[in-house]
Amino acid sequence: MSRRYIPKVVTANDLAMGDVVYLTADDRWSRHHHEAELIEDEAHAQLRLLNASAQKLLVVGPYLADAKAGPNGPEPIHFRETFRTRGPSNYVHGKQQDAARESTNV
Amino acid sequence: MYEYSDFDAAFVAERNRQFRAQVERRLAGSLTEDEFRPLRLMNGLYLQLHAYMLRVAIPYGTLRSAQMRQLAYIADRWDKGYGHFTTRQNIQFNWPKLTDVPDILEALAQVEMHSIQTSGNTIRNVTADHFAGAAADEIEDPRPVAELIRQWSTDHPEFQFLPRKFKIAVTGAPADRAVTASNDIGVRTVLNDRGEMGYQILVGGGLGRTPMVARVIRDFLPKADLLPYLEAIVSTYNLMGRRDNKFKARIKITVFENGLESFRDAVEAKFALYRSQFGGADQYLLAEIKAAFAPPAFRNAPVDAYDAGLAADAAFRTWAGTNLTAHRNDSHAIVTVSLKAHGETPGDASSDQMRLLADLADDYGYGELRISHEQNVILPHVHKSDLPVLFARLQQAGLATANAGLLSDIIACPGMDYCTLATARSIPVAQKLALHFKALGLEEEIGALKIKISGCINACGHHHVGHIGILGLDRAGVENYQVTLGGDHTENAAIGERAGPGFAYDEIVPAIERLLRAYLDLRGNASETFIETFRRLGAAPFKAALYPAETEDRDAA
Ligand code: SF4
Repeated sequence: MSRRYIPKVVTANDLAMGDVVYLTADDRWSRHHHEAELIEDEAHAQLRLLNASAQKLLVVGPYLADAKAGPNGPEPIHFRETFRTRGPSNYVHGKQQDAARESTNV
Repeated sequence: MYEYSDFDAAFVAERNRQFRAQVERRLAGSLTEDEFRPLRLMNGLYLQLHAYMLRVAIPYGTLRSAQMRQLAYIADRWDKGYGHFTTRQNIQFNWPKLTDVPDILEALAQVEMHSIQTSGNTIRNVTADHFAGAAADEIEDPRPVAELIRQWSTDHPEFQFLPRKFKIAVTGAPADRAVTASNDIGVRTVLNDRGEMGYQILVGGGLGRTPMVARVIRDFLPKADLLPYLEAIVSTYNLMGRRDNKFKARIKITVFENGLESFRDAVEAKFALYRSQFGGADQYLLAEIKAAFAPPAFRNAPVDAYDAGLAADAAFRTWAGTNLTAHRNDSHAIVTVSLKAHGETPGDASSDQMRLLADLADDYGYGELRISHEQNVILPHVHKSDLPVLFARLQQAGLATANAGLLSDIIACPGMDYCTLATARSIPVAQKLALHFKALGLEEEIGALKIKISGCINACGHHHVGHIGILGLDRAGVENYQVTLGGDHTENAAIGERAGPGFAYDEIVPAIERLLRAYLDLRGNASETFIETFRRLGAAPFKAALYPAETEDRDAA
């Protein structure tokens, strides 16, 4: 028996902005981890990564990151990936800033 | 101060024009990322965790007020209103958009600044003593020679693809404030027995994965021989350096593997050749550069206001005690403006702070500013009578923290809050340490102390040469912090020794508290510093404080 495959998401940085993005099941690049496609099959993961790598005008450096299912969609496992969903810890900048803006606009 | 020649200006403008076209081609798809990446790195543009990052060189840490104002403008217009000063005397903008970078580079060129050779396997921004041209102990201002090296190394056709990056630091004083021994080449200004000025040349220093203190390759080099000698070292390294293994490619490994003697022989053979080829042309250039670094006409005025300020204001007295350094002109002082307010990010300055510093430099400091490798801003020449009012204006902007050289004057690299290479965060550890010891009220009592923090083994935070070094690692998916003890960043450079197993993110501050309480118990008297106590007693009692349970276990066994 092979070891259980740790599910993955495809993530990269936006070419023009540099912001962290995630590949969704319907082939969009989302800025939100929980909207990513959670890929449970290794062969499918490689296909999705190939697909992402071909999108040279949209993203830079796509790779597969470990993830797990959560109540609102995929969640990161490693702390580095958790930081990438938020932004730095010394200022409310990056995604957490966008989130704060969105919530005050409501 | 040195100003661009027509050649410099045309060169930078042409490079910017090229880069603008390269960005356009990347966005249009005619350059792939693999093709574009080395081009953007040649212009200091990195892709970090959350965004692009633009690294701008501040050669030998020297800035004019107008340049500081332009950095503030760039921070506001294209970034998030702040910049981060680094241990390589660069400034980093953490949030530029790729599409804005050509405009930013143009804005930099307007004030004679650029990002060229802040990345890649080239000779990087030349660093120097941040008190250059001002320090009382200085033999000679190291900046003219640093500028000569900058001109020689910029776009040097032979040295654009070295085995690995290459760093040079210069000091003009016996007290080494430029950490020359941790550079690929260190240049130290010295006097020989006959009182002649020359350079002691060090080679093969470096921190990172394999930390090494540089070794002396030439004890005394006549001044005029500097460039041919540097050319000989770098070209020897270019040939002998390893290109098969990135981790063995730095000159420290070349020197180590070949032995200093055989490396020196190869250098001296080349030097004999180059010396005649240079034919002294560089010395004409140096004479011109020197004129541009002539000191300002120091104002001669009474210093009564300074004495009155000291007598009247305890806060000013405390700040003067920590943040002023002796100037070579008696009526002046060197001011260290701390970018380490407790709880703030070491090395960060907001655009408002940058503008204020530029104004203060104009009002009280002959328009001059310096950036230290310790991530502070220096006003190198302030007349003592201006210090009380300068202090008051710094206070209003949150820039009057009296902690230069104390525990909270921490070097911290960007770590995993920004850096893609990081294995753990460093900034929040620095913030927590500063706040914790402030709350305990122990900072003044502990006194002189260098804590340096890196977020991975690349050691941009100089942790190996900290009295206390902290290295953030990833241990099985959790942040873990390793402590090194006894490092030294001065002319007596030493690599700290690892104390033992690392500490979790929540345990590192209590561990440092145990360590420093042990120091307070162990020191001979209140004037014996941490590093002096460490040298007197060795690591054992400090390790016992860091790992109390384990020591007890061993005692019981
Ligand atoms: S030490 Fe590591 S984490 Fe820190 S800035 Fe350098 S490469 Fe990044």
